[in-house]
Amino acid sequence: MRHSMKTVAAVGAIALLAAGCGKPASSNDNTTNSSGKKLTACMVLDTGGVDDHSFNEASWAGLQAANRANPNIKISYVASNSQNDYTPNLTAETNKGCDTVIAVGGLMATAVAKIAKANPNQKYAEIDAPSSGANVYGLQYNTAQGGFLGGYLAAGMTKTGKVATFGGLNIPPVTIYMDGFWEGVQYYNQQNGKSVKVLGWDETNQKAGTFAQSFVDLNKGKQISQAFIQQGADIIFPVAGGTGLGAGAAAQASGGKANVIWVDTDGVVSAPQYAKYFITSVTKNLSDSVTEYVNKAAAGTFPTGNYIGDLSNDGTGLAPYHEFESTVPADLTTQLAKVKADIISGAIKISSPSQPK
Amino acid sequence: MSAPLTDPAATPQAAAPVAPDAGKGRFAANSVVVTLLAFVVALVIGAILIAIADPATQDASKYFFQYPWDTFTDAGKAIGNGYLALFEGAIFNPNTASNGTLAGYLGPISETLVNATPLILGGLSVGLAFRAGLFNIGGQGQVVMGAVFAGYVGFHWHMPVVIHLVAAVVAGAIGGALWGGIAGFLKARTGAHEVITTIMLNYVAIYLLGYLLSVKGFQAPPYGQAISNTVEHNATLPPLLGDSLRVHSGLILALLAAVFVWWLLSRSTLGFRLKAVGANQFAARTAGMSVERSYLTVMLIAGALAGLAGVTQILGTNTQITGDIDAGIGFDAITVALLGRANPGGMVLAGLLFGALHAGGTQMQSSTGTPIDLVQVIQSLIVLFIAAPAVIRAIFRLRTSGEGVGQQLAKGWNG
Repeated sequence: MRHSMKTVAAVGAIALLAAGCGKPASSNDNTTNSSGKKLTACMVLDTGGVDDHSFNEASWAGLQAANRANPNIKISYVASNSQNDYTPNLTAETNKGCDTVIAVGGLMATAVAKIAKANPNQKYAEIDAPSSGANVYGLQYNTAQGGFLGGYLAAGMTKTGKVATFGGLNIPPVTIYMDGFWEGVQYYNQQNGKSVKVLGWDETNQKAGTFAQSFVDLNKGKQISQAFIQQGADIIFPVAGGTGLGAGAAAQASGGKANVIWVDTDGVVSAPQYAKYFITSVTKNLSDSVTEYVNKAAAGTFPTGNYIGDLSNDGTGLAPYHEFESTVPADLTTQLAKVKADIISGAIKISSPSQPK
Repeated sequence: MSAPLTDPAATPQAAAPVAPDAGKGRFAANSVVVTLLAFVVALVIGAILIAIADPATQDASKYFFQYPWDTFTDAGKAIGNGYLALFEGAIFNPNTASNGTLAGYLGPISETLVNATPLILGGLSVGLAFRAGLFNIGGQGQVVMGAVFAGYVGFHWHMPVVIHLVAAVVAGAIGGALWGGIAGFLKARTGAHEVITTIMLNYVAIYLLGYLLSVKGFQAPPYGQAISNTVEHNATLPPLLGDSLRVHSGLILALLAAVFVWWLLSRSTLGFRLKAVGANQFAARTAGMSVERSYLTVMLIAGALAGLAGVTQILGTNTQITGDIDAGIGFDAITVALLGRANPGGMVLAGLLFGALHAGGTQMQSSTGTPIDLVQVIQSLIVLFIAAPAVIRAIFRLRTSGEGVGQQLAKGWNG
């Protein structure tokens, strides 16, 4: 039922077939011109499909990029329709003879740990969970650091002295962003002697906060955002997937009074309809870290242990300002560069309890 | 359609009390033929879809008018490989068998049984309700509640071996029964339509689970993901064929449940009452049966059966609950019940067939890149053709008549 899109695609393919005419492609045009070892990288996706506009899509994009740059890297993926599919998919990919199997999503961690233990010679990578053994590479992201920059920027940009954030669910992958945002605002206040308020979240009270209880309900996101705007907030940072688009809709309805800082991906690219209202985006750079992993593997050494994406390796950060390029004061951008350097050097300590260890 | 009531000769051992007495033998034979042909037609349509989705075939079709044969050979290759992989994933895989281990030989069958287990239980739940004239669309919610109750007892209570497992299984059945029972109670007391109430209760269960997965004590530390704690080893359904194969004793549970439903429907007074209400509630009432109590009872039992499907999910197949612990079982159960014609033996076979399709689909996706969604399409087509047997009869020019499974079972809509 929820896969009806594929059916539509199939019907479209029939249309293509019907229109088909032309010449056979020469069979020799894609001979491997680069020497070097071949590597097959197989990806097991979490539920939601490869086109989820979120971590499945971003992870797969990372593999595709590696394949484009180096055709010796053969890539494929299998999708999971539910948690029932994790183990069978991982088993099938392991039996298939993939050089490395990349599991996308922390929910798969238990299944990966089990199968990695049973197949000590097979290499695995696990996104969003720590490594569980010598043959598992764990990729995690300290997005509190990116969120910190987002909060600092928001505090510097607000005209009303109030900024707001809300989440999809009160779970750490969400609240880690909100923690970082909150801390960024506090740091701005401390540095500049201001008292910008954060609505919707307080890191010192992890139980409370504003949550939509959904990652898809755009209307709920709009409702929450409008409530924030009524309370005087003029910058909103939604950490709620599709629900967050409601913040864009609310910003639009406010006629530019309120603006948005997007999350995970560059909002101007992933949700261009609200590009006018996106000051920037706090990113989680899954694609590049996946590409880097398979490139290293293709070069001959499988990375082991844990990768933590942070500001120092661009695993998280701020996207370009795009339409706000001319609006953000140059002085604030300079300060942000300093803050970023201080976080990397450790001069600024982030205290979010949700950070990967 | 009220054969059991008007015809005293139609004792409970009459296999299909909803079928017209006159054509019973012919109808049964005919339904088997129609079922098999429906399967064949679904596979043929599936083959066409595989060919269309295959990149090599798509490329070849671009020069179809110069070299039409290329398109056909590529399509044939894609279909052959796809269905071969389906077979290898579900029945026997010579590639893994060549390494000589038990898992290599029996792995595919084990996967088929693992997938079939909750489908059989879910199918029994929906099928039993069908027989009493109710359309239980609440399988999803009941599975979720079964898994939540069983899971909670499984990871939160600490008990000795055997006792812990029994407690968790019973808890799961209670969870499902509670959820089904609410719909049954509302139907009996207020006449609220079970289709509406069960669908709404699905939402309640799903969001309740979403909430629970954010609550400490339910959620697994370090609270980084929306996933529950792990069920203790004492509470898990032991594997049937050793640790290397996933098939677990939930299968026994499913088969016992099928025997129970068979006994209930064809050997017990309660079952007779349920079927009577299902056939004609007004006649049943006139005969002095309590229609209300029947509705409540059947929804309690149906809920418990779906709850057990949730039990096998959390105590057998997985050991942690995530937001999609239901895995579509609640809705697939409806197709299982339809294909099995609400008959316990038929539903076991239907569950095995769909379990095999799903296990094979995983392998097919991995080795040929054919999306696993195709399996869902084949599954739906089979049921579609069985519900509309006239189509199959038209295709194969069968002359015998008989009504579609939908007509037998759609009574619930008007109940």
